[in-house]
Amino acid sequence: MSSETLWYANRATGAVCLVLFTIVVLLGIAVRSRTRLPGLPRFGTMSLHRTLSLSATAFLALHISTAVVDGYVDITVVDVLVPFVGDYRPLWLGLGTVALDLVLAVLVTSLLRERLGHRTWRTVHRLAYASWPVALVHGIGIGTDTGADWMTWLTVACVAAAVAAFAARLAHAARAARRTPAALLRTAEGARP
Amino acid sequence: MSTAQHIDIDRTVCQGHGLCADFLPEHIVLDEWGYPLVDGAPVPAGTVRRARRAAADCPVLALALIPVRAG
Amino acid sequence: MTATFPDLHMPPRLLVPGATPADLATHHQRYGPPAQVDPEILLRTFAESGLTGRGGAGFPTYRKLVSVAEAGRRTGRAPVVVANGAEGEPASRKDRTLLRLSPHLVLDGLQLAARTVGAGEAYLAVEDGATWLESALAQRTADPLPVKVVRLPRSFLSGQAAALARYVSGGAALPTHQRPPVRERGVHRAPTLVQNVETLAHLALVARYGADWYRTAGTPAQPGSALCTVHVPGREPRVVEAPYGLPLGRLLPLEGARAVLVGGYHGSWIPASEAAELALDAGYLGAGVLAALPVDRCGLAETARVLRYLALQSAGQCGPCLNGLPRIAGAFRTLAAPGPQGTVRADLARWSGLVEGRGACHHPDGTVRLVRSALTTFAAEVDAHARGHCTATDHRPLLPVPEEG
Repeated sequence: MSSETLWYANRATGAVCLVLFTIVVLLGIAVRSRTRLPGLPRFGTMSLHRTLSLSATAFLALHISTAVVDGYVDITVVDVLVPFVGDYRPLWLGLGTVALDLVLAVLVTSLLRERLGHRTWRTVHRLAYASWPVALVHGIGIGTDTGADWMTWLTVACVAAAVAAFAARLAHAARAARRTPAALLRTAEGARP
Repeated sequence: MSTAQHIDIDRTVCQGHGLCADFLPEHIVLDEWGYPLVDGAPVPAGTVRRARRAAADCPVLALALIPVRAG
Repeated sequence: MTATFPDLHMPPRLLVPGATPADLATHHQRYGPPAQVDPEILLRTFAESGLTGRGGAGFPTYRKLVSVAEAGRRTGRAPVVVANGAEGEPASRKDRTLLRLSPHLVLDGLQLAARTVGAGEAYLAVEDGATWLESALAQRTADPLPVKVVRLPRSFLSGQAAALARYVSGGAALPTHQRPPVRERGVHRAPTLVQNVETLAHLALVARYGADWYRTAGTPAQPGSALCTVHVPGREPRVVEAPYGLPLGRLLPLEGARAVLVGGYHGSWIPASEAAELALDAGYLGAGVLAALPVDRCGLAETARVLRYLALQSAGQCGPCLNGLPRIAGAFRTLAAPGPQGTVRADLARWSGLVEGRGACHHPDGTVRLVRSALTTFAAEVDAHARGHCTATDHRPLLPVPEEG
């Protein structure tokens, strides 16, 4: 396989990862907000979130291996897991490594969820909120397609979706925090017979 | 001979996601606020698989299958 | 300070009438030296006495001790003992009165319980205040196990066993899902005995004087005595010691009373006519509150005030309780005043059925008990209100309900 093919594959899988992980984040927030996807049973949202996260991870594995295998750039296996130590564009690549480390933590704890218990799982899973922007910045910084129209539009669309979903998540948390016995009592006492 | 299992819900973490009602409609329905109403009957052997799925998929791990204590 | 009433219903045991707080010397003068008995013999004595818990559940004490001791052996973790003086029930004063006047009885009982279960740690839980406890403890240099005083935030649920164990472990004073129960895994994940302070005081006396002595009060089926907080309008609430089997009519004046609230805010309303002959019994006594409702007051209005408090005191953790109790309180408020009632009675029945048994603790269950007993005992008043009038003439609040905030 020529270096150029690997390079195209790396860029393509990178873009796919951006799209898939964005959708995974949206679905994760949908699960948390008890959102029901039209036509699907309640467990459908959760199932889709899980399945797509595994697919996204598979594409991430391809994205990484095409970079490591490619002889044109000096990216070693160490650089895959340890950030900022590489020769090739250490800052932008390092951010990608950080994002991978966070995704690995989320993945492993999710596979062991029942064993670890909900609280431990939840604490680590929150790292997902960090991994997405880190991966995004990695892509913009290191990406050869940055500046191309299609890439820009794709990035803008994903950012818009993620920001909107995150805002909805914050609003949901605020609403839930307000649902105290006192607040519910005020509502109940305001109700007419 | 296996011990009978029954459904136990940690109501302090249950948020009313309702996946359990999807998996075990013969044992669980949701009340008017979205929280599970469990019938308390032991889970028959044929249903245990679905019950384990319900326990694994609960977003907050509120549902568990526990063996029925004899006596 | 709540006065202990001069009415004697039995030779005093836990509280000497008209007495001041007893220091260690007075305590030994009054009751003799502490019992030095083998744990096995102690357990047998407690079993023979028939002593049951005074925290509200009325569970046989020796069974609780045995199961905690057994859990300790099985898990290899030294149990923890927590003396529960939290008394979250607003209408109850017995525990704080006992701790004020006879702290050393409670502390003797705590050491005995600790020895019986093989405990490695001991705590005494109280709500804010009770600053004299540390000096009472300081006098007790012969105690084998040091006792740490834990002060809880004032709330209805602070005395709930799992909430207490959680708070002592460093968490919030809120109930947990008891799987496994606190007696197997409680404070710092060790088997934990949570025992009401009055029960511990009785334990201290049973260890000294024996099971037969304990049974000289009460009835063969319900031996012993209990502390009750008696509320009679126009008088300060008072704590009295009474033997089981005593008719309630002898404990509080029932002429001019419409109904009696028995047990506390998780208890029941009983019509005065029924209450007069009712024998004092651990089965319904709960937190030991007995409050008479005069004929000229409205039982529905009083219940509505209590229900409002109970709704606000929900831990807010379990969906059915968080959603159901405020709605129940709101609906009952409609019944509490004359006027149209719409679907309120059907709503109350439905919501009561929905919250019962569907919480991590018994807060919803106790609330439903109060609601149902009020609807039964004050059925005539509910109908009167529906037709637009109330038989009560005095609308001043009666039962003590803490202020919000």
